[in-house]
Amino acid sequence: MAYGSLRDEIVQTLTAPFKNFGAPKKEEDNIVWALKDVSFNVKEGEVVGIIGRNGAGKSTLLKILSRITEPTSGRITMKGRVASLLEVGTGFHPELTGRENILLNGALLGMTRAEIKSKFDEIVAFSEIEKFLDTPVKRYSSGMYVRLAFAVAAHLEPEILVVDEVLAVGDAGFQKKCLGKMGEVAEGGRTVLFVSHNMSAVASLTTRCIELTKGVVTMSGVTHEVIEHYVKDPSGCGLSAREDGVYDLRLLERPLHKVNPKTAKAVFVKAICSDKIGKARSQYEEEESIHIDIYVEVRQQLDLLEIHFGVLDSMDAKVFAVLSDVMEAVMAPGMYKFGLDISPNYLRPGRYFTWLSMYAPSLQDGIRPALDFAIEPSSKGYSNVNWSYHSLGAVKLPYVWTQPQKVV
Amino acid sequence: MADNVTVIEPRKGFIPVDLREIWKYRELLYFLAWRDVKVKYKQAVIGIVWAVLQPVLTMVVFSVIFGRFAGMPSEGVPYPVFVYAGLLPWQYFAAVLTQSTSSVVSEKNLITKIYFPRIIMPASSAVSVFLDFFISALVFGAIMVYYGVKPGLGIFLVPILMSFVMMNAVGFGLWFSALNVRYRDIQYAIPFFVQIWMFVTPVIYPAGLLSEKYKMILMLNPMSGVIEAIRAAVLGHVDIPWASLAVSAVCGFAVFVSGVFYFRRVERYFSDVV
Repeated sequence: MAYGSLRDEIVQTLTAPFKNFGAPKKEEDNIVWALKDVSFNVKEGEVVGIIGRNGAGKSTLLKILSRITEPTSGRITMKGRVASLLEVGTGFHPELTGRENILLNGALLGMTRAEIKSKFDEIVAFSEIEKFLDTPVKRYSSGMYVRLAFAVAAHLEPEILVVDEVLAVGDAGFQKKCLGKMGEVAEGGRTVLFVSHNMSAVASLTTRCIELTKGVVTMSGVTHEVIEHYVKDPSGCGLSAREDGVYDLRLLERPLHKVNPKTAKAVFVKAICSDKIGKARSQYEEEESIHIDIYVEVRQQLDLLEIHFGVLDSMDAKVFAVLSDVMEAVMAPGMYKFGLDISPNYLRPGRYFTWLSMYAPSLQDGIRPALDFAIEPSSKGYSNVNWSYHSLGAVKLPYVWTQPQKVV
Repeated sequence: MADNVTVIEPRKGFIPVDLREIWKYRELLYFLAWRDVKVKYKQAVIGIVWAVLQPVLTMVVFSVIFGRFAGMPSEGVPYPVFVYAGLLPWQYFAAVLTQSTSSVVSEKNLITKIYFPRIIMPASSAVSVFLDFFISALVFGAIMVYYGVKPGLGIFLVPILMSFVMMNAVGFGLWFSALNVRYRDIQYAIPFFVQIWMFVTPVIYPAGLLSEKYKMILMLNPMSGVIEAIRAAVLGHVDIPWASLAVSAVCGFAVFVSGVFYFRRVERYFSDVV
């Protein structure tokens, strides 16, 4: 709700006394339910992932589970000590030292003083900031800050843990360490609810998954099936109805806040995937090359333009990305076409998504996911052994097997 | 096992305070107050000395302007002692009121990320400001010795009287902090409000200065009775004004209880509106 000025409210209160006393106004006709009829059970010791696009209601669900927002209707029962982690380092005070912030943050997360004391050394060791323990955290580098913050959070020992996408912080090495710690938590028989966009993290940590779409549970079940459903679902992806291999990019979701297609100097308009004779389609065999044309509308005269094209696998992990050659010529407003050839025999069978972004030289447009296409196993067949293609990884590099020789 | 079950559902009507829950979170209250104390005088060269200087300098200024120049009567005690005895509880009241009013809004990042009984925020102000009060009270002891003023027997009543001050401060603080979440007007109005309130409270002048008619009006101010009573109790120079003290106590209780209920009623939308 919007909050009015005191004057408005006084006028309103005078005309309709007690009508709005205390409670926020409700506009009955115009209700948008962030979550509706969401119902699920989580058993003790289960690690459940919650996935969904932006605006699907994940954050609202988390806020309700963590008792930050009160539901307007419905009921949740949780048995056990609950801790929720919507952010690491909540309540960190810049003026306080690392030592002091560990105490404060621990208390905020629900640890008792005795508990914090007993784990203090472990927390310090995990954070790797021993030397700066008595320095105010305002003098910390952002990496140190995050490490300390996560170290406290990682030592929570609740029976039920509700975690938001807090792992998307810190450097890669530390992220790995955090994921490891999360894994330990999961194996320790604790019940965990894990919300994330990072499909590899969800896949590696959880056994069960719930998919939310626009406030409704659209699927619930074994993690890899739900993830598969999630990445395939065209309505959820925002991939518009289209001719096979032709993608209208104008209406797709722009997940980055910095991107505003209305005011950008240049935007993506259309993309076409085609085979070597120029026929547009979205399914290819392993041994086929794929040609991709990307149409860009330049709206203002530019003197530099660079396009990034990346490929993601069905688990949302990056397979590879390429940058276009920087065009450093004056580009007059108009439509431009960028062509890209993907050589045959590099991508393994599976479903792929792409992201696109454009710089001139600041970020102008970014779409994820943009195109999607599938690679089918070669019609020549692979082998007689029964296995999943995905277990071979996403890419195949050029290789040569030498003839087997009997050595002994 | 029973206390480990959390049930989340919408609450309706008047919501009583969950004292058990607050007890469970007592350490957090302590830590928040401890943080405020720690942070308050960080990166200040003379640090905690400010807690001494602030009331002393205020006393000096008031003594010069009102005691010396304006010749304000002081019921037979030296004016500096008289005014300090009023300033001591008043400054505690004003600081708790100001700090608790902004407490919820300034802890926005906590409210939107972590659950704890929200009432802890305004309540912790009453605790953290207490250190300043304590230091200020020690200074008062020194001032009384300097002026050779003997304390009255009523000094033993001070803890009870201070609890009335605290009840009023937290009571108004609960109302204002909750209102401030929706109407930021409150936080701009508060400094003026507190300043004007001090002048309509017998802090720098005795209530006896006024004619009977105005004295009656003054007594309706919940802070009047208790400030006069504390001064009378500590200095023992006049009788404790029981009637106006009763007004303070009753009003403090009413504001506190209604404040708790109002706060509990509206806290559910804090994280959405703040």
